[in-house]
Amino acid sequence: MTIISSAPAPVLELRGISKAFTGVQALNAVSLNLYPGEVHTLMGQNGAGKSTLIKVLTGVYTPDAGQIVLAGQSIQPQSTLDAQNHGISTVYQEVNLCPNLSVAENIFIGRYPRKLGRIDWSGMAKQATELLERMQIRIDVTLPLAHYPLAIQQMVAISRSLLVSAKVLILDEPTSSLDEKEVDLLFSVLRGLREQGMAILFVTHFLDQTYAISDRITVMRNGEREGEYLAADLSRVELVNKMVGAPAAANTGAPSAGAATQSGVDRAAAAGEGRFKAFLRAVGLGRKGALTPMDLEIREGELLGLAGLLGSGRTEAARLLFGADKADSGTITIDGKEQTFATPRDAIAAGIGFCSEDRKLEGAVLDLSVRENLILALQARSGMMRAIPLKRQQQLAEEYVKALGIKTASIETPIGSLSGGNQQKVLLARWLVTDPKLLILDEPTRGIDVRAKQEIMDYVSALCKKGMSILFISSELPEVLRVSDRIVVMRDRKAGGEYPRGALDETTVLHVIAAGDQHV
Amino acid sequence: MYSPAARAAGAPTKSSLPMFVQHPLFRPLAALAILLLIDLIMIPGFFHLEIKDGHLYGSLIDIANRAAPLILAAIGMTLVIATRGIDISVGATVAISGTVAAMLIGGTMVMNNGTPEYVANTPMWMALAAAMGAALLCGAWNGALVAGLGLQPIVATLILMVAGRGLAQLLTDGQIITVYYQPFFFFGSGYLFGLPFSLFIVAAVFIVTALLLRKTALGLFIQSVGINPVAARLAGLKTASLIFFVYVFCAACAGVAGLMITSNIKSADANNAGLLLELDAILAVTLGGTSLAGGKFSLAGSVIGALIIQTLTYTIYSLGLPPEVNMVVKSVVVFVICVSQSAEFKTMWRRAFPGARGGKTQ
Repeated sequence: MTIISSAPAPVLELRGISKAFTGVQALNAVSLNLYPGEVHTLMGQNGAGKSTLIKVLTGVYTPDAGQIVLAGQSIQPQSTLDAQNHGISTVYQEVNLCPNLSVAENIFIGRYPRKLGRIDWSGMAKQATELLERMQIRIDVTLPLAHYPLAIQQMVAISRSLLVSAKVLILDEPTSSLDEKEVDLLFSVLRGLREQGMAILFVTHFLDQTYAISDRITVMRNGEREGEYLAADLSRVELVNKMVGAPAAANTGAPSAGAATQSGVDRAAAAGEGRFKAFLRAVGLGRKGALTPMDLEIREGELLGLAGLLGSGRTEAARLLFGADKADSGTITIDGKEQTFATPRDAIAAGIGFCSEDRKLEGAVLDLSVRENLILALQARSGMMRAIPLKRQQQLAEEYVKALGIKTASIETPIGSLSGGNQQKVLLARWLVTDPKLLILDEPTRGIDVRAKQEIMDYVSALCKKGMSILFISSELPEVLRVSDRIVVMRDRKAGGEYPRGALDETTVLHVIAAGDQHV
Repeated sequence: MYSPAARAAGAPTKSSLPMFVQHPLFRPLAALAILLLIDLIMIPGFFHLEIKDGHLYGSLIDIANRAAPLILAAIGMTLVIATRGIDISVGATVAISGTVAAMLIGGTMVMNNGTPEYVANTPMWMALAAAMGAALLCGAWNGALVAGLGLQPIVATLILMVAGRGLAQLLTDGQIITVYYQPFFFFGSGYLFGLPFSLFIVAAVFIVTALLLRKTALGLFIQSVGINPVAARLAGLKTASLIFFVYVFCAACAGVAGLMITSNIKSADANNAGLLLELDAILAVTLGGTSLAGGKFSLAGSVIGALIIQTLTYTIYSLGLPPEVNMVVKSVVVFVICVSQSAEFKTMWRRAFPGARGGKTQ
């Protein structure tokens, strides 16, 4: 962080960028300076304008006003490729590479090295290996990209920017799908790039990560730049305060430590005394290559947390419970009756709902309206021939838009034009209208801002109090520990242990995950 | 680069245009209007209608009548395309249904006391039922391959496209079967209330389909499956049954079209009946503004698309252009319309002419 004090000329300057959509001012005269050899974090709630700013910078949108100055020259990127040619590379949350091509091909795509008019495959593999080694990654570059975990795929995406000798690297929420180890790996790569003088613009929702890597922080709120700070000068309390734009004394370490938690304690006590009846009991539930047979009991009105790292079997267990994948062993008993779930339809009929972790691929039907997305599961359950009257659909949609505070121009707006947090709320509402007895939430708060996160979790806690069972899956340990009545820790595709509320703290969970303290 | 966000961002630029221009049916309707305008100027008496023997005659009626089988095929194709599918076996299904009907009816002329009488080999209703049954079987075959076995739609329906016409030819021994049974001709060339009967069939199929889509959740389900099949399944939709259904429906439409064509030419021509009808149907759907990527669709658009194609053919012939020109002109028109609908082109247009918003070809 000594680099900052020397304060060289910024490599990239955004001056007074404005952009409006259908009367909504997404960006209002936003300025931003990126300095070489610095990690600059862009923070802000959903809808603050971060994504729009990135899209202006990478040529996806043309700004209505303002200037982009790169190394002293004004540029107007027309497309991502154009931006790349100017030396601005972007790595998105969802890696957009070709999974079926090899790692080397992905790195060199569009600029294959040639020899005597033909593609120089061996030279390409050699260069790709070297490029990745510069980032301390040693893998076989001739294997298909899909062979490697998401973190490596992201490194591959980053290495592409090294190849085009980018001056500016933009990372748009790169850590959302990574587990902690992978985040560490990513950060060490970023630090390496910083040493080499790269200017890095980093967008994230995670406070911890912000402080782990940033030299400088720009906070955005409601399409405006709230301010630019040195990370060292800005405390967490202040940062959250600036993001939400409200006095945020209670909003820092453990948000929502109020009423919900208190009632949670009571419920946990009740659960301990066995006052809760089992709603669902799975015995020996498993699937080859996905989940080692495990037992699981979910009680009525209970919030059961599934903790564990990415790939620990959390999602796999949820998918088996919902019939999204077919179990090849074990039984599921609901209210004393044995059930087989061949499809999600069967599970829905038994009163189960499932919010997938992959909002875009498995949740939202992007071109359809908020209303249509919201009633889809209910309509599917009542059947094709019994169409829900339009009036009733509108009524339901309006009701939930209001109850969950969904920010949308109208209920007929396509869901794709909503921000991530609001899309997530619509998908939550999709299941709530079916009035499920058990709702499985797989990473319901991933990639959405602090406030939406808190709103969703508060709402879920309230539902639980009314008797709905919740299976809550999240990578964020503090969140799981805070809201759950009972916690099952998963590791290596099997259950690692079951704990009542209060019996665990973060260190113990990490210990269970690492050492495998099995007693189930 | 397609992204919903970018599309949403593109929308506001259009908001400065009048409402009707933004309507999805504006482009196909405008294209049809331009064609009709050319006809008005170039072909004398194009819009002239007259009543002869209680029947309405005129170019417009003729176009609508000839477009009837294509409209039927396009209606069925619309639903298939909306689920991200495609059915290139429509022509083969037309041949099969037509051949079955013609073979079963056949018909002979019997002289009874000096007056000719027509006798069908099989009662007509049975023949029609058998023909439709054969068409439904074709659809079930396609549906099973796509929804059950997960074959790619174009490959799955290619099988029937090749085999179906062969099957029809086997049935007829490669001969053209002529039908001599007056009542059967009513489908293709009969008149009701002064209008061709085929128009009533088309109207009935269109209305029933539209009602099915509106009054049940079928429309919503088909769009959901077309836009995001994974999400649709997780929301509890019977995606496989839906996909199966649209292929059966498409084949049923083709079956009716087959009866119409056979009735019209008074014979079953297994080689040529409905030849390449699937391609015209796909074209009609595209012209109507439904994306081949699936999802949002417009039934009315497909009907207009079919009318555009038929009007174009009629215009070319009426202008006395040699038939060889037909294909070329058709392809140029199709090219212009399709290009004007492409998102890339709209962006290019907006960049080239920042003043002219919306990217409409002038």
